[in-house]
Amino acid sequence: MQVDEATVRRIARLARIKITDEEAKGLRQELNGILDWVEQLSEVDTGNVEPMTRVVAQDLKKREDVVTDGEMAADIVANAPLAEDNFFVVPKVVE
Amino acid sequence: MTDLTALTLAEARDKLKTKEVSATELTKAHLSAIEAANATINAYVLVTPEHALAQAKASDERLRKGEARPLEGLPLGNKDLFATRGIRTTACSKILDDFRPTYESTVGQNLWDAGAVMLGKLNNDEFAMGSSNETSAFGPVVSPWRRRGKDGKPTTDKLVPGGSSGGSSAAVAADLCLAATATDTGGSIRQPAALTGTVGIKPTYGRCSRWGIVAFASSLDQAGPIAKTVRDAAIMLRTMASHDPKDTTSVNAPVPNYEAALGKGIKGLRVGVPKEYRVDGMSKEIEKLWDEGIQWLKSAGATIHEISLPHTKYALPAYYIVAPAEASSNLARYDGVRYGLRVPGKDLIDTYENTRAAGFGKEVRRRILIGTYVLSAGYYDAYYLKAQKVRTLIKRDFDEAWSKVDVVLTPTTPSPAFASGEKTGDPLAMYLEDIFTVTVNMAGLPGMSVPAGLSSQGTPLGLQLIGQPFGEETLFRVGQAIEDAAGRFKAPERWWLGDGSGSSPASAKGKATKPAAKGKGKR
Repeated sequence: MQVDEATVRRIARLARIKITDEEAKGLRQELNGILDWVEQLSEVDTGNVEPMTRVVAQDLKKREDVVTDGEMAADIVANAPLAEDNFFVVPKVVE
Repeated sequence: MTDLTALTLAEARDKLKTKEVSATELTKAHLSAIEAANATINAYVLVTPEHALAQAKASDERLRKGEARPLEGLPLGNKDLFATRGIRTTACSKILDDFRPTYESTVGQNLWDAGAVMLGKLNNDEFAMGSSNETSAFGPVVSPWRRRGKDGKPTTDKLVPGGSSGGSSAAVAADLCLAATATDTGGSIRQPAALTGTVGIKPTYGRCSRWGIVAFASSLDQAGPIAKTVRDAAIMLRTMASHDPKDTTSVNAPVPNYEAALGKGIKGLRVGVPKEYRVDGMSKEIEKLWDEGIQWLKSAGATIHEISLPHTKYALPAYYIVAPAEASSNLARYDGVRYGLRVPGKDLIDTYENTRAAGFGKEVRRRILIGTYVLSAGYYDAYYLKAQKVRTLIKRDFDEAWSKVDVVLTPTTPSPAFASGEKTGDPLAMYLEDIFTVTVNMAGLPGMSVPAGLSSQGTPLGLQLIGQPFGEETLFRVGQAIEDAAGRFKAPERWWLGDGSGSSPASAKGKATKPAAKGKGKR
């Protein structure tokens, strides 16, 4: 499968990474190189194969549905670029 | 006085116990070595002398009272992917900026609770994405090894220390710590170990907790040590491994005393040699090394069996779907809101896009985009689901092999260490570095790289051992047999100290040095 520049820009938008037109050109080539190369997987017959969900057989761990920590708002915002009264501050979202 | 930094972890442990040296002396010796080397080697992105000396002081107190814990007073390096409480943690990415975690990784906590001393944070490829340590926001790490030119003289080419744990491998090889933490998603412990003459083990998925380690690809990531000897790696892993309720994939099984397994020998052990690993383009010297390894294990009493792992060639392309897909999801958290860098834009989405464009390096952006594409609507089945099915087949290959053999022997890398810049132009050429290591992550198995010889250019080469799930003890036994036969490999001179002051330690002259009298190898 091949991607065009419009697809590269759409993917970059989905990934929330700003790219220039120049970068889109370069990325189109690089991504197509990688996608061409992974194409060899189509040689493998996976008709009756289950997808891998875990590499080590293990029951999913369960625990009581109770609060085990909390009361650490200051810790959580400690590294925020901008915070006020233990809230994250972001640009205005709703007009 | 002997050079304290040239000691192995086990030797230093013994000298602390007999009070021949103190933890403070040991720590100071390493801090001076780092100060003299780091401007050239760039293994540490942050040195924490005050923190280290405070820990060493507490260790000396414990040692004095006879209350020493298993790693009491032993100075280590910590890969910058491990969160350290109050100490800058960046994954060597600009996007984490000046991030200071309010918590410690479980693996780190295990080490400090056992008395170890942290010297600082080690360089790595940005978010562990790379095989040469050239994608770090702090610049590349330079290997302490130099290759010889055609005239047989050492060149000044800057060799890569492998990646992503290139700071860990270079620091251990250059005696800038006794051992180091590392992580491995596709080969990031074993490949750098192979390129620097050090020992690296990636344990079974679930053996070490992933809690507090910056996530790359969660179904593949595992922590493990890089160390100077097989014994040192065994000592490190015993403490790093644990069951951790905070990581749901962490396995609740007792951690064996790996060091105790070392003396057991390998008589009667069945060693598998997979024919699919004889790939086109493998260098002659790697092939020779592999054959040599087979002979060593035979001489030590093991039996050799050819096995087939038919889906080997599909492991790398499947990996380059699974790993970027999981990375694109894991790295979505870097939004410029909760921590790290923020580059303001005209609205919130613009802020996200500016922040992520400025904060992520080229290779990380490339992988996020690939991952986003293969997970996007309409492509999920063709790529991600297909890759996970291939992964089932890769694991099945190994499951079948385990009925015939106990351990698998392969080379660690397809070629010797390369110089900075030699593979940066072509992402695929760099990805091929992991061709022998990536199958192990895809199947969740333990894998270890042990130094086994030198290339014609005088640089180290490694052999890889692949074990059954939770078969780490077997890997240590076989690793010890290889080390006994091959000897240890140290960079022949400390060229980074400059001419004149280049005090190469007596034990490190020449090609290889024997760890102990029991080595009976050829060198």
